[in-house]
Parts: sequence; structure tokens; C-alpha cells
Amino acid sequence: MRSGARSGLGFALVALAPVLTIYATVRIYPIAETLRLSLHNWNIISPRKPFIGLANFEELMGDALFLEALRNTTIIAFAVLAITIPAALALAALINHRYGSRLAGFYETAIFIPHVVSLVPAALAWKWVFDAKLGPLNWLLGRFGVAAQPWLYDPVLAVICVIVLCAWQAVGYAVLILIVGMRNISPSLYEAARLDGANSWQLFRFITTPQLKPVLLYVSVVTLISSFNIYAQAFVLASDSQGAPGKLVRVLVLDMLENSFRNYRVGYAAAEAVILLAIVLVLTGAQFRLFRDRSAAS
Amino acid sequence: MSAERATGASGVADRVIDVALMAISFAMLTPLAFLVSNAFKTPAELLAWPPTLIPDAPTLDNLRAVIRETPLFRWIFNTIAFATLSTAAIVTTSAVAGYVLAKFRLPGFGLIFGTILATAIIPFEVYMIPLYLGVQAAGLLNTLWGLLIAYLVMSFGIFLIRQYAMTSIPDELIEAARVDGAGEWWIFLRVALPLMRGPLGALGVLAFFQAWTAFAWPLVVAAKTEAQVIEVGLALFQTGFTVELGRLSAAAAVALVPSVVFFAVMRRNFVRGVAASGMKE
Repeated sequence: MRSGARSGLGFALVALAPVLTIYATVRIYPIAETLRLSLHNWNIISPRKPFIGLANFEELMGDALFLEALRNTTIIAFAVLAITIPAALALAALINHRYGSRLAGFYETAIFIPHVVSLVPAALAWKWVFDAKLGPLNWLLGRFGVAAQPWLYDPVLAVICVIVLCAWQAVGYAVLILIVGMRNISPSLYEAARLDGANSWQLFRFITTPQLKPVLLYVSVVTLISSFNIYAQAFVLASDSQGAPGKLVRVLVLDMLENSFRNYRVGYAAAEAVILLAIVLVLTGAQFRLFRDRSAAS
Repeated sequence: MSAERATGASGVADRVIDVALMAISFAMLTPLAFLVSNAFKTPAELLAWPPTLIPDAPTLDNLRAVIRETPLFRWIFNTIAFATLSTAAIVTTSAVAGYVLAKFRLPGFGLIFGTILATAIIPFEVYMIPLYLGVQAAGLLNTLWGLLIAYLVMSFGIFLIRQYAMTSIPDELIEAARVDGAGEWWIFLRVALPLMRGPLGALGVLAFFQAWTAFAWPLVVAAKTEAQVIEVGLALFQTGFTVELGRLSAAAAVALVPSVVFFAVMRRNFVRGVAASGMKE
């Protein structure tokens, strides 16, 4: 159709132009503007926006609040990863094993629902679970003789609560993708191994897991990236004793929005956004790199 | 289950796996079940130990109080309007751009598609501040249009439709329509669109959920009580000092139930869309 499409060129341009205009306005321009602002000192009100080079980034490296946010977010992201991937792999293998059964659809749906429900109601549900006085968690611990904990009012315990909430949400997505990946593995591999006398565990260990590596890598990176962007979860779960949202568990997005909308330091907040972008790019790059190494090796 | 009534050890193993998966499935749903349950409890029952899953004396007082104290229905209306318009916009822009980028070869199209793919991985939070400043400059803060601006296009949607159009709409079909004298718009609307119904449906469900669960953007752009979406309204409502658990649960349940019902109805579309998002590698 390359040549026959001559009449279609007009259509292609007319149809594409509005979409590209929108795309450039709401994606390309703001991304470029973030990069530009990160090199400027701007307080939103002032007409002057002096160029200050990398000064924003230098200041960030010594900003206690930012470093706390970076530390919390990194801990949360990797802890969510460490919980989600092994749990999802085990669940996906078990659900896949029972794939023919009538209950498989129910398992998949039940585990996936936390991923799709609105963030705030889900976070509120967990807020009650963790509640020091009314929550069932302390009640449960009490039955095992463990003293009640101020889950949401202790800076360390509150981070754990955010991790639990995020892992609970992330696991359903990982299970779904892993099951799709498992169903794509050629059955002949399993048949051959079974003929050689492999048992179920060996099939999982030596066929499923290695075959699934690219999918596992993908799910891991998606889980990490989405955990680096968390905001609503910390906002709802971690209010400090004054009720101010998210103060107890400072995360990157919260710190960025605070610098921008409370402190009116837009250039400074843009520099934080650029760091978030750098983290995401490094993670994505690592994924491609690992993926390529694997394909080269096999 | 009866279809594969296995005998001996493997049958026992399957029962054990079923019991374990059943327990995990219910455990995953427990927090949400209690949230809905708490919405219908009296203040006294909320303090009961251990907490009851089915309220002894269900009451609508919490719900009535929330409706009285917050513009709950306004928030829900805002959210539905936002999610519906965003879905319509994303489905339209993805269908047009995906189709054109798949079926026409023009210099620069490769670069355009590459740029869209590259920006797909950049989280929204990275560039939301300049976008906010743009909405502010346009005087669209606290309006539906201001909310919508950030949710008119979806990189993944363009990608999904382009891949599908390349593999599943034969060039010969389009060529044949041209030979018959059909115009390009007619071919797009009458030949290509019906063939893309499947992926467009999946994309639509994804887009709706994306807007329904949006948080950071609506929080800054539509901060005025009347303009808030349900997620934001709820999140700010719960930071109040005097809010009690019953009312909070009632408001949360009102936000939660539609999303669960919508998911149950659209499950197949949704799963297909999410699965497609994982297969892009």
C-alpha cells in the first residue's frame, strides 16, 4: 500500500495532527519544561527565573527532608519488590497448576482485586487494620502474647505499614502477568522433562523459572518503578499525630509537591522530579541490559 | 474440579493447594470486606472485640451522616464525568494515532513513534508541575477540563493499537476498499475501527480505571471541595480530627463498591489490557 496510499497521505496527516498536538502539549512540553526548570531558581511569583546550573541538585544532596524521602522511598520500593515477586511467583505457579479447575478464575480475581480498587478506600481499609486501638492486627498479636504496637504512629512501623499496603496491591498484577508468561511456555519442554523423570518441583525450578526470566524481569521493574512513585498510600496511611497527611512517611512525590506548592520552590521541585526520572531510567536501562545479557548467553 | 478427578497422591496435593489458595484469596479480600462491613456498624459495634464481619445491627446512619456532611454525590459525579471523558479521549486518540502510525509510512513516523514509546516510561509525577502551571495559566484550575488535560492521551494506548493494527488488519483489505473507491475516513471508520474493537475495549477499561484511581493530579488541580474527585475528597475528609471510623468506612465503601462492580463486569477486557501491557517486551 506504500504507493497506493498517496491519496491517504492527506488523511494520515490530518488525522494525526490533532493527536500529536495534544501529545506535544501535555507530554513533550512539560517533560522538557521540567528539565529546564530544574536548572533555574524560581518561586512561582517572581517574573525572574535566574539560571543557576546544577545548584538545585547540589542543595538537594544536603537537604535532610529530601534525603529522608529518598531513603524511605527506596526502602519501600525494594521491600515491596522482595515481598511481591517471590509471593507472586509461588501464587502464579499454584494457580497455573490448578488452571483447569473451576476455582482458578476466583483465585485470580480475588488476588487481582486489590490492584484495581481505588487507592484511597483500600488505604483506609488497611488504616483500620493497623489502628492501634480498634484494629484487628493488634488484637491478633495480643492473642499470641505480643504487646500492641502503635503501627501508624511510629516512623519505622509506619514504613512497614506502607510496604504491606503496597505489596498487597502489587501482587495481583505480578500474578496476572506471570500466569500469562507461564501459559506461553511451550508444553513440549515439560513433556520432555517428565519423560526424563522430573518431578513437579524440578519442573518449576529448572523449566518454569528460567523460561520466565524475561517476564520476571519486566514485572520486577514495573513493581519497582510504581513503588518509587507512591504517594496516595503514604498520604492516607501515614498521618502524623496532628493529622497532617504523609508527614510520618515522607516519600519523593510528597516532598516534591510540598516544595512546589507549599514552599513555592518550583525549580527545586523540578530538580527532584529529574532525580525521580533518573531513577526510573536507570531501572529501565538495567532491565534492558539484563535482558540482553540473558538473550546473548542463551 | 470433577473433570480432573485425579487419584492418589496428586489428588490430595491438589486439594491442599486449593485450600491454601482459597485461604489466601479470602485473606486478600478481608480488609475490603471489613471496610464495607464497618460502614454499616453502630458506634458501639465498631468497638466490639473481635470485630464482626457481618454487622449485628446494620445501620444506615453512617451513610446518611456522610451524605449530610460531604458533597459525596458531587464527588462521584465529578469522578464519573472525568473518567468517562478521559476514556473517550484516550480511546479516540489511540485509535487514530495507532492506526495511522501502523498503516502509513511517512518520513518522520518512525521518530514520532519512538518518541511516544520513550515517553511512555516517564512517570506522570515527573512532569506534573509544568502541566499544573499550564492549567493554572489557562484559568482551568478546579474545572473538569483542567482535570482532563493530563488524561487525553495514553502512550501505551497508541502503542497497543499500533501493534494490533499492524498484525491484525491486512493491508490487502484496506487496499481493496481503496480500489472500490472508498475514502480514507470511511475505511478508518467502517473497516479498521470494527476490527480494532477488542483492543479498544480493553484500552477503554484500562483508561477508565486509570482516571478513576488518579490521585496526585486531581489533588493539586481540583483542590476546591466542589471540584474534587471521590479519591481526593475521601483522602482529605479522613485527615479531619473528628471523623469517626463508621462514617469514614461508609464514604470509602461508596467509593469502593462501584470500582469492584465495574471490574467484575469488565474483568475479561481488563485482564486482556493488563496482560497486553506486560507483553510489550
